[in-house]
Parts: sequence; C-alpha cells; structure tokens
Amino acid sequence: MPLIVTDALTMRFGSITALDALTLDVEPGVVGLVGANGAGKSTLIKILLGLLPATEGRAEVLGLDVREAGEAIRERVGYMPEHDCLPADTTATEFVVHMARMSGLPATAARERTADVLRHVGLYEERYRSIGGYSTGMRQRVKLAQALVHDPQLVLLDEPTNGLDPAGRDEMLGLIRRVGSDFGISVLVTSHLLGELERICDHVVVIDGGRLLRSSSTADVTGVSGVLVVEVDDRAGDVARLLREGGLDVRPAGRLLEVVLDGEGTFDAVRDAVAGLGLGLVRMERRRHRMAELFETPREEAHDVDVP
Amino acid sequence: MSTSPDGRTASAPPGGGVIHDIGYRHYEGARLGRAAIVRALYVDSLRSAFGLGRSAKSKVMPFLLLAAIAFPAFVVAIVINVTGQDEFPFELTSYAFLLYVPLSLYVAGQAPASVSRDLRFRVVSLYFSRQLLRQDYVAAKYAALSTAVLGLLALPLLLLGAGGLLAGFPASDTLAQLGQGLVGAAVTAPVMAGVGLLLASVTPRRGLGVAAVIAFFVVVTGVQNALQGLAVTQGRDDLATWTTLAAPISTVDTMIAWLFGTEPTASVVLPDGAQGLAWVAAAAALVVVPYLLLLVRYRTVSVS
Repeated sequence: MPLIVTDALTMRFGSITALDALTLDVEPGVVGLVGANGAGKSTLIKILLGLLPATEGRAEVLGLDVREAGEAIRERVGYMPEHDCLPADTTATEFVVHMARMSGLPATAARERTADVLRHVGLYEERYRSIGGYSTGMRQRVKLAQALVHDPQLVLLDEPTNGLDPAGRDEMLGLIRRVGSDFGISVLVTSHLLGELERICDHVVVIDGGRLLRSSSTADVTGVSGVLVVEVDDRAGDVARLLREGGLDVRPAGRLLEVVLDGEGTFDAVRDAVAGLGLGLVRMERRRHRMAELFETPREEAHDVDVP
Repeated sequence: MSTSPDGRTASAPPGGGVIHDIGYRHYEGARLGRAAIVRALYVDSLRSAFGLGRSAKSKVMPFLLLAAIAFPAFVVAIVINVTGQDEFPFELTSYAFLLYVPLSLYVAGQAPASVSRDLRFRVVSLYFSRQLLRQDYVAAKYAALSTAVLGLLALPLLLLGAGGLLAGFPASDTLAQLGQGLVGAAVTAPVMAGVGLLLASVTPRRGLGVAAVIAFFVVVTGVQNALQGLAVTQGRDDLATWTTLAAPISTVDTMIAWLFGTEPTASVVLPDGAQGLAWVAAAAALVVVPYLLLLVRYRTVSVS
C-alpha cells in the first residue's frame, strides 16, 4: 500500500495558489519533503491530516481518503508541528502521558508508552523537570515523543531541525532515521535544506511554489555517475595534462581531478599516467550523484530553492 | 516488530544494576475512540480546575475560594443547630447570588487556566491533529468548568441541607429547598463557566484573561445595580425587576425565584406571571450563546 498518493491536488487561498496540481505517489519509508519557505509544505501536511479541504484533486494517506477519513488518518498518524507547542508549566512525562491519552490510549498504557518513547528520543532524568527550562534540542525531542507515543504508522515532521545547532541537527536527523529503520514507522519530514534530508531519506520530494519539481528515490538520485574522481599526492596538474594528451576529458576540482569515464580503459590510463610520473595514487572512484544536482537541471523554478 | 540487533545494548549506571535496551516495541493494546478521548479531556480539565495534577501553587486559589464559598454555609448550618431556628436565614436558591464575588474570582482564575494556556503554548494544534474535533474540545472544556462550578455551589448547599435536617427542619420542605437550590446551581454553573471561557478564549495571555473575566463580572453587576437603584428611587419596582436582565447572575437568580416562587435576592419583586418566561429565555440564551460563540471561536484556531 502506498504511503501517500495525491492526484492533481490543488489548494487556493483567495488569489494565492499554495498547491498547484500536485501529483505524488510515495512508498513507505523515510520521505523528505523539500521546498523553500512558502513552497506549500505545511499546507500539504494540513491537507494530509484531513484538517484542510483541498480546493481540487484528491489525496490518500495510508490508503485512506483525506476528505472522508480524516479522523481515521489522524488516529494512525503522528504530527510534529514546526512551531513551539509545549506548555512550559508541566514536565515532559506529564505532558506526553496527556497527549497519549488524547490519542486514545488507556491510562496505564499511556504511562508505559510515555516512558518508552521518552527513552527512545533520549530524554532521561530531565523528563521529570518542567519543560519551561528545556533547551531547544530537548523541546524538539518532546515534540517528537508526543508524535510517536501512540505508535503511529506514519509521522509527519514539520521542520524538525529548525533552530538546532549543528550537533543537535545531526542528533535529530539520526533519531529520525532510527524512527524509520528501527521503529518501522514511516516518516514524512520537511526541510528547506536538501543536504540534510539527502542523508536520511529513502525518497525525496521537491516542491516549489506549490508545484512538484521532482520526486525520486534517494538511491536513484545518488547513484554512481560517469565521472571518475582521482586524487594524487602531488602534481595533479601534470597528471591532468598527461591524461588530456591521451584524449580524456579532465576537469580539476580542488585537489581532485574529475575524469569523464570513457570505457574501462580510462582506469588503466589514469593508473599508467600516475605511475609514469612516479606519483602516489591516493584514491580513484566513481563519483556519486548528489541531491543538489537535481537543481542544476535547466528548470527555472529550481533556482528559488534554498540549496546548501 | 522491528527491533534492531545493534540496538540491544547493556550499560551499568553508577547506581548499580543493568539497564537493557530492548529496542522499540510497537503498541498492540487497546485504542479508545473519540468519545473516550473527550471523556479523558473532560476528567483532566475538571481535575485541573481544582489544581489537581498541576503545581502546588495552582491548588491554592481554587481551594481557598472553595473554602470561602463553603465556609458561610458551614457556619450557618452550625448556627441554626445551636440557636434552634426553624428555617434557613435565606433562600437556598439565593446562595450563588450571595457568594457571587468568590464565585466570579474562581471562574476568573480557572477559565484562563483551562483555555488560555492551550492557546498561548499552541497545544491546541496537537489536540486538533488527533481524532479530537474542535467541537469536542469546546464541549469537554465547557462541561468540565461547568461541573467544577456546580461542585463549588453544591457543597455548601449540601452542608446547609444537612444542617437543616439535623436541626429538625421539616424533611420534605428542607429537601425541596435543597433541590431548588441545586437546580439554581445547575443553571448558574454553565452560565458562569460559559461566559468565563468565552472571554478567556479570546486572549492567549492568561493575565489578560483573568482581568477580562473579573472586569466583565464586576462591570455588568455594577451597571445592573446602578440601573436597579435608579428604578427603585423612581418607585418603579417592576422596572427594577426588569433591570436584573442586565447581568447574568441576577438573571439566573430572578429566573429561579420566579420558577419556584421563592424570595428573589437580586430583585425586589418577582416578575409578573408569564413575564417570567423572559427570564427563562434569557437564562437559556446565557447557557447557549457563549457555547455557540466558543464553537465559532475555535473554528478559527490554526493548527500550524
């Protein structure tokens, strides 16, 4: 069963078009939703939660129609909003127990699940302290915990790394990856930073101005390319010249050389050139594509997206 | 079940003993429906209305005001037993009106604690992204604060009723008066709670909410008193009775007195015959309109 399907999904607010005929088909796993601020990410999440009726088109989450089965969807889905949503005057435990009850868990189960989930997101002794005194990283963990406490089939995470320092960002991304791989819960995570989603997502959807720019699996996008990356310990310029004389297309890239593959013979040519100059060959590998290359395609909209 | 083999680690904390990380476990237990969730929110909000499940500081005001509202009844119950009176010094239906000030303070404190907090911290977005509907949230909050106010009024009435029975007042008469008092409390409670919640739901700032509710209750009663005074000095007791419609508590007091034919406290004379239906309609509106306005208010609360 596909995780999320949308068909010509359109959302207009007066004269503003937030989503423009968005058609998607996403399989379970960790899915990244990338787009600049105002690209329509939060609007899409609200429609998927069944909270906002779309102007046109239809959407299904976990095989349920968002128009007709909003309540059933929200029972199976967890949601972590982008903005702050935690009361300062309660402890993380009290708060998450309450939200578990609000997800339909009986009292005892709510307490057990809360203890489990807070441990999984990495909150230990501090869970008995008031949330008011928490750091941004801890607050994000509590927000994630309340989205996971009822063991949903899918969590919608809206900009979970916002406001975190680089270390906190890495921890949060690692945690999200674990939710997908270890917990077996599908994830739809939004970000305006493509680079961070590339690391943890199985599939990335890029939207801009409410329109679909790209929807592809990370494996496809980051597959091997036809470029050989060569690193030598010295005199890279001489190696490049020698290879060009041999008829190969060589581009210097910092300390590295990028050699366009031209059959199996290219590997031998590089080896011979480096050995002939008496240099050490540090590295020779086929380069992987990067997500950012998506935006090097000649589509004008792509330039608006914030790519690190 | 997807537990990661490399997630199974064991570590020895300083206190001794070993914590085994058994990995993520899925929840296979019962999932209760929307009705149970609304009930859970109702119970939680009712407990919160007395500071239960909240900080020690939050318990002070509700219990202080509960004491302030119940203590006079306790004293009266003792006095009628000691002095051997044969009837209550006031109508039981008037108790809410007589204890209007601590009652207003209670609603002013608890209505914002109930709803402003969820708005200020934007917890509402977490409620509404679950099965709970907006109208469920409003219903649970409204019912919880109404029940709390009803409890606040029922306790002193029960104390008075028990005191009356102990003092040897005619049982049937005493129980009838107690019943009338409880009916009055059952109308007063949703009126006070509804108005309080409505005012509190407009502002996410708790302090402002408290001030707004107190100001409202004080101002409307002040205006009502002034109008009534004016009418009385003109010798127009009938007009004075009409002025009781200017404030919620005097409306309910007059309506209950008219309904049961008891002595009114808010007005000098009872509404004349069928005119009393105006007070019934007004009281009904005071129950229904704030509730409807709360529903409208929460329709516009954003999730993100």
